[in-house]
Amino acid sequence: MDFSFSKFIDYIVNNWQYVLEKSADHMSMSLTAVAFSCLIGIPLGVIITRNKKVSDVILGIANVIQTVPSLALFAFMISIFGIGRTNAIFALFLYALLPIIKNTYIGIKNVEPAITQAATGMGMTKFQILYKVEMPLSVAVIMGGIRIATVTGIGVATIATLIGAGGLGDVIYQGIGMANLQMILTGAIASAVLALFADFVLGKVEKKLTSKGLTTN
Amino acid sequence: MIEIKGVVKNYDGVTNVVDNLNLTINDGEIVVLIGESGCGKTTTMKMINRLIEPTSGAIEIDGKDIKQFEKIELRRNIGYVIQQIGLFPHLTIGQNIALIPKLVKKDAKETLARVKELMEMIDLSYDDYAERYPGELSGGQQQRIGVARALANDPDVILMDEPFSALDPITREQLQNELLKLQDELHKTIVFVTHDIDEAFKIGDKVALMKDGAIIQYDTPEGMLKNPLNDFVENFIGQDRLWKTPDMLKASDVMEKNVVTIGANRSIVNAIGIMRDRQTKVLVVVKNTPEPKTEILGLVGSNRLRGVENGDLKMKDIMKTDFRSTHKDDCLATVLTMRKENNLRYTPVLDDNGSLIGIITDISVLNVITDVMPVSEDY
Repeated sequence: MDFSFSKFIDYIVNNWQYVLEKSADHMSMSLTAVAFSCLIGIPLGVIITRNKKVSDVILGIANVIQTVPSLALFAFMISIFGIGRTNAIFALFLYALLPIIKNTYIGIKNVEPAITQAATGMGMTKFQILYKVEMPLSVAVIMGGIRIATVTGIGVATIATLIGAGGLGDVIYQGIGMANLQMILTGAIASAVLALFADFVLGKVEKKLTSKGLTTN
Repeated sequence: MIEIKGVVKNYDGVTNVVDNLNLTINDGEIVVLIGESGCGKTTTMKMINRLIEPTSGAIEIDGKDIKQFEKIELRRNIGYVIQQIGLFPHLTIGQNIALIPKLVKKDAKETLARVKELMEMIDLSYDDYAERYPGELSGGQQQRIGVARALANDPDVILMDEPFSALDPITREQLQNELLKLQDELHKTIVFVTHDIDEAFKIGDKVALMKDGAIIQYDTPEGMLKNPLNDFVENFIGQDRLWKTPDMLKASDVMEKNVVTIGANRSIVNAIGIMRDRQTKVLVVVKNTPEPKTEILGLVGSNRLRGVENGDLKMKDIMKTDFRSTHKDDCLATVLTMRKENNLRYTPVLDDNGSLIGIITDISVLNVITDVMPVSEDY
């Protein structure tokens, strides 16, 4: 395999539409998975703060899922659900769950007991305490989990091509097959850029959601 | 009025953290629960807003069992201030104070006016502070906000759980004074938990000293100081306590109660006889009016009798008329100053009706001091 910078530029110039298409595909796949993870993971993370036993079980399961190598997880998915985009998203969803559940759990657990005690004593309901006090106070930690989940998700999604789900993995694996370094590099760099971009945007969202009162001291 | 009736709290089936406690807290009073840690004072307080449910017994507010109230409803009508302050750091000062009024859907304009009024009360200007966050404020300012937040929904009852313990001594004293000032205007029923006896005596209309989940003595600070029920109370408040708070010593505590009177028309010989019999160096000359009112005309000390040769002189002729008397509730410091400034050795003490009930002499002042001197046989 030989590589030259000009060839690399040539490849991008000639194939930018294809790369862009695959990037969009890649992004939508990872983000859908993360979105579902948030939908399930955040409430789950909140629920387990109320019960020690349940929290041990849920966090245990999520930990186990996380330890399965991503390649194995995808292979496993094929054997059960077959190939396709939906299955890839499901695998990515499972993968994103742990950081989201765990960070939600930690974030809410770390809210100073005095603050929730004051809130209870003042006559706030449990739900009011959750969405008016605990969630706003742990937003940075929860967003941290979402950011980790997103960045890892975008990385892992390159493997989704193995179960025919498309994305930038297509570019990379085609490159490997054709021994085309330019293609491999393009796919890899594009997915890295996507990850950085997503993290940047989520960072902005986090800043927006975090009260100024939590950053000024 | 809050009535705690036979309340027991037990977590493990063995030890009663609160043991058959009875306590009546009158409207508009500050009642301080005090005791060493683990005596059940905080548990008792938390049962009033049902943060803790009693194992048995009942708590009534204005005659209604608090179990009949919805928990959330009950708490919204009871102010709550805690030691760690517990302001919400992600909300501005204004939002913190307005939180409960907003939750109970009070009118927005009314709420804003209330927040302004409360901030004025605690001497933090609305314009300067409402938009700021708790993290930007000092501990003392934060706890002021904590108090304002507790007052936001205009509750009749306020629970304060060691609210000033975490503050430095100077700030603590400021906030204590401010609380008393606020209370003068607001007349809330305040239950105040502390382990600091100085604070208890300063803040409390009544003090309930607790031990092992029971109240040992429930009395006014003066009552507890002057008549400690037993050794535990005496040790807890400290035997020299009276001298650390001398403003609690009244003229009536210092006076000699065995005051000897004499009629205005009695002779010197009579006077000398009475003095010898009653072993006193001063006689109070009174008008012979029917009891109970005793009108004082003057004082005759033993010096005035010395060297008088005219045996016809009566008390009214030789008595000292430019004396000063004092009211029984005047504090000792005032009396001592008056005595010094006017060079007085004897000060008659009068009750509310202007009747003579005692006399302060050099000896009686000394006696009070020797009462609190340590008894030691080493000297």
